[in-house]
Amino acid sequence: MIRFENVSVTYDGAAEPTVQGVDFEVPEGELVLLVGPSGVGKSTVLGAVSGLVPHFTGGTLRGRVTVAGRDTRTHKPRELADVVGTVGQDPLSHFVTDTVEDELAYGMESLGLAPDVMRRRVEETLDLLGLADLRDRSIATLSGGQQQRVAIGSVLTPHPRALVLDEPTSALDPAAAEEVLAVLQRLVHDLGTTVLLAEHRLERVVQYADQVVLLPSPGAAPVLGTPADVMAVSPVYPPVVDLGRLAGWSPLPLTVRDARRRAADLREQLGQRDCIALQGRGAVVDVRLPPRGRDQPRRTRSRQQTTPPELLGENPTPRRWFKRRRTPTQPTSPYAAEVKALAVTRGRVQALRHVDLAIPLGETVAVMGRNGAGKSTLLNTLVGLVKPSAGSVTLGGAVGLVPQEPRDLLYTDTVADECTAADTDASAAPGTCRALVSELLPDIPDDTHPRDLSEGQRLTLALAVVLTARPTLLLLDEPTRGLDYAAKARLLTLLRGLAAEGHSIVLATHDVELVAELAHRVVLLADGEVIADGPAADVVVASPSFAPQVAKILAPQKWLTVAEVREALA
Amino acid sequence: MAGAQLHPGAWWLWSLALGTAATRTTNPLLLTLLIATSAYVVATCRPDSPWARSYTAFVKLALAVLLIRLVFAVVLGSPIPGTHVIVALPELPLPHWAQGIRLGGKVTVETLLFALYDGLRLATLLICVGAANSLANPARLLKSLPGALYEMGVAVVVALTYAPHLIADVQRLRAARRLRGRPDTGIRGLLHIGLPVLEGALERSVALAAAMDARGYGRSADVPARVRRTTTALTLGGLLGVCAGTYGLLTAEGGTYGLPVLLAGLAAALAGLRLGGRRSLRTRYRPDRWDARAWLVAGSGAAVAALLALAATRDPAALHPGVVPLVAPTLPLWPAAAVLLGLLPAFISPAPQNPVPRHPALKEPS
Repeated sequence: MIRFENVSVTYDGAAEPTVQGVDFEVPEGELVLLVGPSGVGKSTVLGAVSGLVPHFTGGTLRGRVTVAGRDTRTHKPRELADVVGTVGQDPLSHFVTDTVEDELAYGMESLGLAPDVMRRRVEETLDLLGLADLRDRSIATLSGGQQQRVAIGSVLTPHPRALVLDEPTSALDPAAAEEVLAVLQRLVHDLGTTVLLAEHRLERVVQYADQVVLLPSPGAAPVLGTPADVMAVSPVYPPVVDLGRLAGWSPLPLTVRDARRRAADLREQLGQRDCIALQGRGAVVDVRLPPRGRDQPRRTRSRQQTTPPELLGENPTPRRWFKRRRTPTQPTSPYAAEVKALAVTRGRVQALRHVDLAIPLGETVAVMGRNGAGKSTLLNTLVGLVKPSAGSVTLGGAVGLVPQEPRDLLYTDTVADECTAADTDASAAPGTCRALVSELLPDIPDDTHPRDLSEGQRLTLALAVVLTARPTLLLLDEPTRGLDYAAKARLLTLLRGLAAEGHSIVLATHDVELVAELAHRVVLLADGEVIADGPAADVVVASPSFAPQVAKILAPQKWLTVAEVREALA
Repeated sequence: MAGAQLHPGAWWLWSLALGTAATRTTNPLLLTLLIATSAYVVATCRPDSPWARSYTAFVKLALAVLLIRLVFAVVLGSPIPGTHVIVALPELPLPHWAQGIRLGGKVTVETLLFALYDGLRLATLLICVGAANSLANPARLLKSLPGALYEMGVAVVVALTYAPHLIADVQRLRAARRLRGRPDTGIRGLLHIGLPVLEGALERSVALAAAMDARGYGRSADVPARVRRTTTALTLGGLLGVCAGTYGLLTAEGGTYGLPVLLAGLAAALAGLRLGGRRSLRTRYRPDRWDARAWLVAGSGAAVAALLALAATRDPAALHPGVVPLVAPTLPLWPAAAVLLGLLPAFISPAPQNPVPRHPALKEPS
């Protein structure tokens, strides 16, 4: 169906080809997953299928790409529109019209289908994707998962034979992601659609793939194989594969179900080594009490060796950027932030209602919940961007927020200017920010434009800018969006370091694996209300959609990450 | 629901007719009545959609226009001879070449009142346009364009849907500035925000263009060269004819050939458009129908305009209350009743549709 014959793509002005030696075929009716670290050219490969590369992006494509027998060299994207449907990373920039029904019809109108055919297909697609109730809604009012389904539906109505998707679930909460993947699976199974998709969050998609194409590094030729074979050599892999590698299972399990079947021995082994640790973790932390000592249930295994907040001043190996921060504002309150009966109303909608929350110093709290549950509103209220309509927010010191789009925080042309500006803004000593940047991002030259940084680097730069103001409470909104596993690992180390130095961190995130690695406590929000608040292990394990893979595999034992298991086995 | 919606053209005709009616009078009572009529219809008939919120923006714009008109009257004076002086501002002596311009000086009730009437007329016109904007989905109106103009229509639709995105971007970036402890207002703040906002808009436009290309936008049918040439000839010739005809109509000598040339030009241009439509493969999904209600809505507007135009010729004194000498404006009875005809759509067009649950700005960006 989709055939790459020794394809290489060189963009204008680039010395090296972005991808080369791409030679594989996607057979009809298969779901093929394209994986690899950031910047290896996944989007380029996807773009070549729809003809957008090179017709729209410019550059030189060598070799040949054919879709359903049509050569993309001789067919422009618009002439492939009836055989390939493409959905980009951001569904919002995909929409041409403003209501769901019109959007579904748009592609067919361009192709000139007869009105009665259009009418029938719109109805069919509305049912297929479960959008019937939303047909008259304005697209701007839909949630992320709904928008993604509309985007998929809008390319499905012309009945394309192949579907190309770039990170369809990255921005979605776990439930919405499953919704979208269920739709894709249905298309593959029931309609025989060929699907090629790229995704960073492998834990969500790898089990649905018939084949995996791995782009191991920039410019390297892709590796094609069954998911289990490719995962065995891949530099990016989901936790289930990591656990499988650790336990030496072969073939590697790709689903929680497969792994659970093999995990009986592992569970037993772990149970023996650590039966004491299981007790005491079930208790829910009463957040109104002052922070507890290190033996209290709040801590999970991987963080038992971190320094408790009481020892703030005596940390034996303080790194430079934390020392500076501690001196000026030594808060007297045991909390970095205390929220009492908070309510926020915007327009006619109650974004938050009666939220009580206390964030002790040195604690990392993850705020989870579906898209639109009020996570960002809560962070914005903590930092003072949103005024509460009732209740109070008491802060123990300065607060810094890294917004969802870190680029918003950066507005000068070079990293050096950005640092100078940050020093002025925070009235910090000149050079403070640059020192932070040098520590967090060692190889960034002064004259780099923030736009030329990778997602992960940009996030780190924004983080450095925020840290210049020495916040005791650090807020991060969806920090792992668009990050690959390596960038995520670097962020984890960084945030763990900050937490160990006594910073309180609040993360709003959909990334259950990040929460498992990092958070002491998890707060679940639904419709602006707190529906669960407790130690990460308890809250997350109890919820089927928010449980990380390791927790699902090793339940009822409360293990959250492969690192914990590795440590326990060592 | 698309079938139940009124044809957007009907709303535009109705609003423009009310606007035309407003230009026929300076009577503040009639003008206020016109504003009230349009506001009532907007309040009862507008759908809950992003473009429907533009009405308040237009009302604010109208108020600003009114204020500016008053300020100009105060500062620059006006040729209205007035005797009731409210305040005498110091007059700025100007050099002789600026003769005829006055800065400061006496401010009279007559001047202010004249400016108020005049400004109110303009404000009413603006508010009527705002009513059309909030009642009719601009995208649906553009869908009714002939096929040959379709591409232009899409460009306008895209521009229209971008406005809300731009506003959201500005809000987000202003919030980010506040996060860094910088003022988010003032010229400097605006300049700092402006560049990233434009950058973001540009990036999104490119992404949208790619998406549209991949979805088949701009596919065209093969048209024989003969037809293509005829289309070009008809369109260009027609436009030339329209220009020549208009010129003829406006000059004194061209009275005889003006009208026929204009009509012939129009016909040729329309034929060209129709032929040009053959190039486009596009079909329409559930087009809006011009039904009886559309006739009634457009008709009620037209009736208001026609009756006020008639009143303006029959009874100019009542529709243009004088300011010199000062008189209190009276409400002429039958023109006022005529204005009330404009309320008809409020009773025959569907009530606001099912309340759309969430405010888009509130949705957590995901």
